[in-house]
Amino acid sequence: MPTFSQIKAILSQKVVGIAGAGGLGSNCAVSLLRSGVGKLIIADYDVVSKPNLNRQFYFADQIGQKKVYALRDNLLKINPDVCIQVHDTRVTTWNIGLLYSTCDVVVEAFDKASQKEMFINYMLTNLPEKPVVAGSGMAGWGRVELLKIVKSGNLYICGDEQSEASVETPPLAPRVNIVSNMQADKVLELLLNRSFGK
Amino acid sequence: MKIILNNRQEEFEGQELTIFAIMDLKSFRFKMLVVRLNDRLVKKEEYSTTLVKDGDDLKIIHLVSGG
Repeated sequence: MPTFSQIKAILSQKVVGIAGAGGLGSNCAVSLLRSGVGKLIIADYDVVSKPNLNRQFYFADQIGQKKVYALRDNLLKINPDVCIQVHDTRVTTWNIGLLYSTCDVVVEAFDKASQKEMFINYMLTNLPEKPVVAGSGMAGWGRVELLKIVKSGNLYICGDEQSEASVETPPLAPRVNIVSNMQADKVLELLLNRSFGK
Repeated sequence: MKIILNNRQEEFEGQELTIFAIMDLKSFRFKMLVVRLNDRLVKKEEYSTTLVKDGDDLKIIHLVSGG
């Protein structure tokens, strides 16, 4: 078994891309940064709003700020020595390659199912060698035992594949956080197992 | 034919079926899907022409909003 310092030494050399800085992306970024990943590349076009604060890693005094800049500030407060590259832009098929081709692993962290589909399809078609860790189905509360990770080749989908966000089943902090951390944990597993030859 | 559908063994009548037919038989109703046949991506426009055969590994993954 590797020691924690060996793990940190390996992770410090790794680059992880995060597409979306909402409930999944912001919380996943925190866990990856705390674990010692050396560089994060995060893209989102949105601004922090009050309803975001029920699950996303932002603070009340950041309402109105661009998410990527607010998230960079928050992450650097946890660890100022990590490289956080942010892009205030909508992720589309035109820029996915530019944004994420240097990453070791990419996290899909969008809100809308159509965005998730666009991103996963692009990655599987154009960057098929790059592992993608996506999220699908985490709204509401309870039924944590339904949360799982489905693997197909280089694609990993975390969630229950059924709990869609709606007025009756809003996305809430516990389940969103659990899935964002399932994603972060899968990223670590992919990065470390490759390095330790598993 | 016997296939692996979402990690479970499933049996269907006949030698081969299109992905569209399997979705219909299994009542997959979600709009946003990722379909992979033997770990290869199958695009939406290919659902009705791609044939699934005995022994294939088919994954139909639902994408739902929220994050």
